[in-house]
Amino acid sequence: MLQGIPITSVLIVSAFMFFAGVCGFIIRRNMITILMSIELILNAVNINMVVFNKFLFPDQLQGQFFALFIVGIAAAEASVAIALVINIYRRLNSISVDKVNEMKY
Amino acid sequence: MDIASFSLMRNELILVGIVLILLIAEIFTKKENKHKIITLGTVLFGVATLINFLPLAEGMLFGGSFQTTRMTMFMKSVLNLGVFIVFLQSVTWLKREENNEKISEFFILIISTLIGMNFMISSGDFLMMYIGIELATIPMAALAAFEKYSEKSAEAGIKLILTSALSSGILLYGLSFIYGTTGSIYFADCVVNINNNPLQTFGFVFFVAGMAFKISLVPFHLWTADVYEGAPINVTSYLSVVSKGAAAFTFMIILYRVFGSITKVWEPLLYTLAVATMTIGNLFALRQNNLKRFMAFSSIAQAGFILLGIMQGGELGMTTVVYFMLIYVFTNLAAFGVISAISEFSGKEEITDYNSLYKTNPKLSLILLLALFSLAGIPPVAGFFSKFFLFAAAGAKGYYILILIAVLNATVSLYYYLRVVKAMLIDHSDTPIATFKTPWPMRISLLICVAGIFVIGFASAIYEYISSISFGIN
Repeated sequence: MLQGIPITSVLIVSAFMFFAGVCGFIIRRNMITILMSIELILNAVNINMVVFNKFLFPDQLQGQFFALFIVGIAAAEASVAIALVINIYRRLNSISVDKVNEMKY
Repeated sequence: MDIASFSLMRNELILVGIVLILLIAEIFTKKENKHKIITLGTVLFGVATLINFLPLAEGMLFGGSFQTTRMTMFMKSVLNLGVFIVFLQSVTWLKREENNEKISEFFILIISTLIGMNFMISSGDFLMMYIGIELATIPMAALAAFEKYSEKSAEAGIKLILTSALSSGILLYGLSFIYGTTGSIYFADCVVNINNNPLQTFGFVFFVAGMAFKISLVPFHLWTADVYEGAPINVTSYLSVVSKGAAAFTFMIILYRVFGSITKVWEPLLYTLAVATMTIGNLFALRQNNLKRFMAFSSIAQAGFILLGIMQGGELGMTTVVYFMLIYVFTNLAAFGVISAISEFSGKEEITDYNSLYKTNPKLSLILLLALFSLAGIPPVAGFFSKFFLFAAAGAKGYYILILIAVLNATVSLYYYLRVVKAMLIDHSDTPIATFKTPWPMRISLLICVAGIFVIGFASAIYEYISSISFGIN
């Protein structure tokens, strides 16, 4: 149990994680790191869901179920994304997003 | 809940069945017989499309997670029709030597995304909506990267999966706050607790941003042009019509059913998005020379027009949006069909390549002319009526300045649509695309599209049917 920890503290942690993820998505140049940033965003959402469930609506488990589904779908998304990153590596010998610039504007 | 109530998921179950049949067929066909899967897949899907037109009882499943109404049935039929036309148009492309191994993959991936879209439209809670969205986007990235040895296709795939992953992350972050402030993920329970709570508005803005990625509204449109250009052309036509339509339908249904009580919050939001989308989409379309990129920006601009109807917020709004999408399916697929046939024959996709096309391929250029006229909204064809009704719906709510901006944008769009027409009819070229005979599946698809462009505009019964089944904010 989260005894003594107010809900706002947990929400601040998750908000920090979310924006760290968005920031990482924008400034990182390596595709794998970008995928890690996306995981950070999704985990921030998971924390939010579980915390709201635990603190505000403990009689139903909707938030926790949602978090479980997010974990599962994030795995599916990451597997497809990594397959595409490997495909890019084979074509361009690099996984830097700066190299993926054939089409612009 | 008994077994019979599962018939509410008829369309989805049939599509899952088709996917399974195709998987089994893929195992048991020899390498030289793979092209037969094209016929199998197209015929099975055609039957599914026809079956979906049959009436079905309304109701809900899984405690309200899945809802079937006549409206969702009609929306699914629109999407099914679009996918069927795309299948007809991709027959020649799939028969190429390099695609021989991937035929069943193409069908399975497209039908999987379609199942996801059906669940999006029918969803009765945010979890089902999220799963539907993901099922609709993850295989889509694999489709965009379908041409394994092309750099552009690989680039399109990675751009699509990364941006859509970010957008679903943003959408989910918004949903978590909506859950936190309403205490439920079910639409029916959510709607009671929707108020002007600041935290809820914060979540709602994130939700709109996430959905705007999927409908490719400005400023969330940056992936669109690149993915459309890089993906194989039949995948592009699927993305621009069916995928966008499903996202717009879902967005509209959720806005009406869940956020109906806070129109004050989403009106200015959608107003800004609509103005930005129409203007930027049109202005960027002016400078494109590649036809696929050109169609991408044209479809962004059309998404801005859809927002006009969504903002109306009543039955009229929903009617006009669905009617617009129905016509948009036929119009855009007619244009993409011609582009695809020409690209298949000659590999050319630039606007200047189309010079003197009318002299060598008069029928194809006439169809492209009709499609572009319909997209621009010139009277005799259906595109005029759909745009007119959208503007009328926005007028009923009193958005006169927005209509003015939209009409100005429609005028700008005339310039670039007619640029293609001018290239085909007036500009001279010494080396025009040679005369060629389009294969018969493509011809059937183009015939369906042209019939749609003419008939739907005049058949008021269709508009009245949509009007009778649509719902607004109550």
